[in-house]
Amino acid sequence: MKRKQILATVAMLAAGAGLAACSDGGGGGSDASNCTNTITKKDLPAVTMWGWYPNMQLVVDNFNKQNDEVQVCWTNVGQGGDEYDKFQTAISAGTGAPDVIMVEADRIPTFQIQGALVDIKQYGFDAVKANYSEGAWKDVSVGDAVYGVPVDGGPMGMIYRKDIFDKYKITPPKTWAEYEQAAQKVKDAGGPLFGDLGANVPAVLMALQIQKGATPFTFDPAQPNAIGVKLNDQASKDVLDYWGGLAKKGLVGTQNQFTPEYISGVINGDYATYISAAWAPGYLTGAGVGKGQDTGKFAVAPLPQWDPANPVQVNWGGSAFSVTKQAKKPELAAKVAYGLYADKESLTDGWTNQIIFPLNLTALKDPAFVDLKVAFFGGQQANKEVYVPAADAYQGVQYAPFGQYYLDAMEKQVSEIIKGSVTGSQAADRLQEDVTKYAKEQGFTVQ
Amino acid sequence: MTLLTQKRAPRAQKETHRIRGKVHLREYLMGWLFVGPFGIVFLAFLIAPLAYALYLSLFQKKLIGGTSFVLFDNYVKAFTDPSFLSGVWFVFRFSLVAIPLQIVIALAMALILDAVTTRFTRFSRLLIFLPYAIPTVIGAVMWGFLYSKGFGPLTDIFGLFGATAPDFLGSNLIFYGLLNVVTWQWAGYYMIILYAALQGVDPSLYEAARMDGAGRWQIALRIKIPLIAPALILILVFSLIGTLQFFNEPQILRYLAAGTIGTDFTPNMYAYQQAFSLANFNYGSTISFALGGVVFICVYAFLFFTRKRRSFL
Repeated sequence: MKRKQILATVAMLAAGAGLAACSDGGGGGSDASNCTNTITKKDLPAVTMWGWYPNMQLVVDNFNKQNDEVQVCWTNVGQGGDEYDKFQTAISAGTGAPDVIMVEADRIPTFQIQGALVDIKQYGFDAVKANYSEGAWKDVSVGDAVYGVPVDGGPMGMIYRKDIFDKYKITPPKTWAEYEQAAQKVKDAGGPLFGDLGANVPAVLMALQIQKGATPFTFDPAQPNAIGVKLNDQASKDVLDYWGGLAKKGLVGTQNQFTPEYISGVINGDYATYISAAWAPGYLTGAGVGKGQDTGKFAVAPLPQWDPANPVQVNWGGSAFSVTKQAKKPELAAKVAYGLYADKESLTDGWTNQIIFPLNLTALKDPAFVDLKVAFFGGQQANKEVYVPAADAYQGVQYAPFGQYYLDAMEKQVSEIIKGSVTGSQAADRLQEDVTKYAKEQGFTVQ
Repeated sequence: MTLLTQKRAPRAQKETHRIRGKVHLREYLMGWLFVGPFGIVFLAFLIAPLAYALYLSLFQKKLIGGTSFVLFDNYVKAFTDPSFLSGVWFVFRFSLVAIPLQIVIALAMALILDAVTTRFTRFSRLLIFLPYAIPTVIGAVMWGFLYSKGFGPLTDIFGLFGATAPDFLGSNLIFYGLLNVVTWQWAGYYMIILYAALQGVDPSLYEAARMDGAGRWQIALRIKIPLIAPALILILVFSLIGTLQFFNEPQILRYLAAGTIGTDFTPNMYAYQQAFSLANFNYGSTISFALGGVVFICVYAFLFFTRKRRSFL
């Protein structure tokens, strides 16, 4: 009996201790002991940061080496949506977010409206203001307040396979009409698919709609309760009809992008073109595209236009570093946001590997960058010919404060187009209805 | 003796009472001590989160205007929400096909393994059970790759005969693609439960049946299956609960199945999307609770209709 009692007591205590241990480990994002990088200057204060640039390790090491005031503790919690989900959960929980976070410019209003980001204008903005163009600052600002430090942009172009274009004797299409004709020509000759309509990259379709003149959202920060939603105007419908038509005729594939299936198709030469942004080559190279016997088979041309007399350039992706409200020392965090990926060494590594299209003017105006013969494009001066002019002509976009919902809803409609259950126009109408309903539910006055 | 006892009774009784009270108290405390660890875990990790989710589901949080108490408005919204309803309809249809299929396969294999005793029986049992030992995530990824048009074997195999491979990740066949993954994973597990139940049947019954002239088929159909009916009902309930809460496989395959599987494909996925990517924890909790209600009704209805056969549960 005695022994049993002792055993029971011990078991009970052990269970209690176990529970206590559980509650101990919940530090989450603000825990500085859990970095992916190794911090050598251990006595300095650390700032936690989430980001997913392929060369993040190098960028963080460069920052830490050059800085004697603060050190960065970096974690990669996933790319894009995965990271936003975790950040969103941390915002709702009120704990677990990092001090500094990498976000795409189109997400800034979404997090800003929830009060999750810090206006960093008060923490040394004037010192770095001249390093970026006005447009770059505009994309990371809401009203007068600045919610991020721009790092890279995503001017769009048409990446294509030279070998396929040569084989079927076509030249890069200058308009979307020519794009379709070329696609038909390749198909008739028994060639591969001409491009891809991926349901999981709705941001591309949004950019292409904007190219045709759509303005999905109008939003005045002075009147945060009101928003204009216009997702089914003629321009938006035309673009969805166009891509839906291409898919229906079997001219383009309907594979989700960034998946093993898609990448293996790209390596295989299943797609003649890839409508994408300036940062794409870095990601494709990282996934094993354009290596070995495929070296130099890719080239890039300006994005096809609707009206070649009035070309419009658009943007996909591009990120910034923001300081979160959960940062304990926002001033220190802002130092990281301003300084990270802003040194020459990191920027040069970024643009030589085509991981980023830099917005920092020291890199953007650097002749070495502009004249670079890009290895992925077989030595083509891609920046000079395509991306820099596209970036210069880009006029900025008003993003929605509920970007995640909009993009999810768009993804759903694109899936329906791919299935063939709706036409592009019908999808645009449904999207308008869906997003308007959501905006009203969230308390906005929809105009 | 009697007298003596009676004489001593008041004091003795008092004493035994006191001692017994002490023992009672001690036993009482010991009981709690033993139940304690489970009780704490049960309260902390089941009851408390459930209560919190219920609490959350009664509120609404807006981007503009903040949080407000809305009582059952979220539930009204859920049961008129096409996303939620189509998800429930899908898992319901899926259960109607998947559960009988799994049970029939599991039962057939259990009966065969029970009837045939060769060297390979143990080995076969292990092989059939093996898929259950593979984590769901790995199983789903593996099947996703097998189904893949780009680098899966199906394209090559069908190509040999000049045919196009079926696209199990396309919207027409995804139902069967998922059905296959789930059956592959779970049939072995159910087989083990049924096999264990068969092992518990008294062999003399078979002998008696044979003496009465019953053949192998008759023994299987009229002796074995009725005797393991409770185990059958148990796994039916397991699989009903599991299938209605379908999440892992579609959530993983949606990255490989271009646009076929939406974020609202099953109710659980919809709850996940609402809570973790749209920060709508209130509506996410509502959907979880509404799904819980649907599961409860289905299981209750099932148990009601099979009430004569069950001996446990």
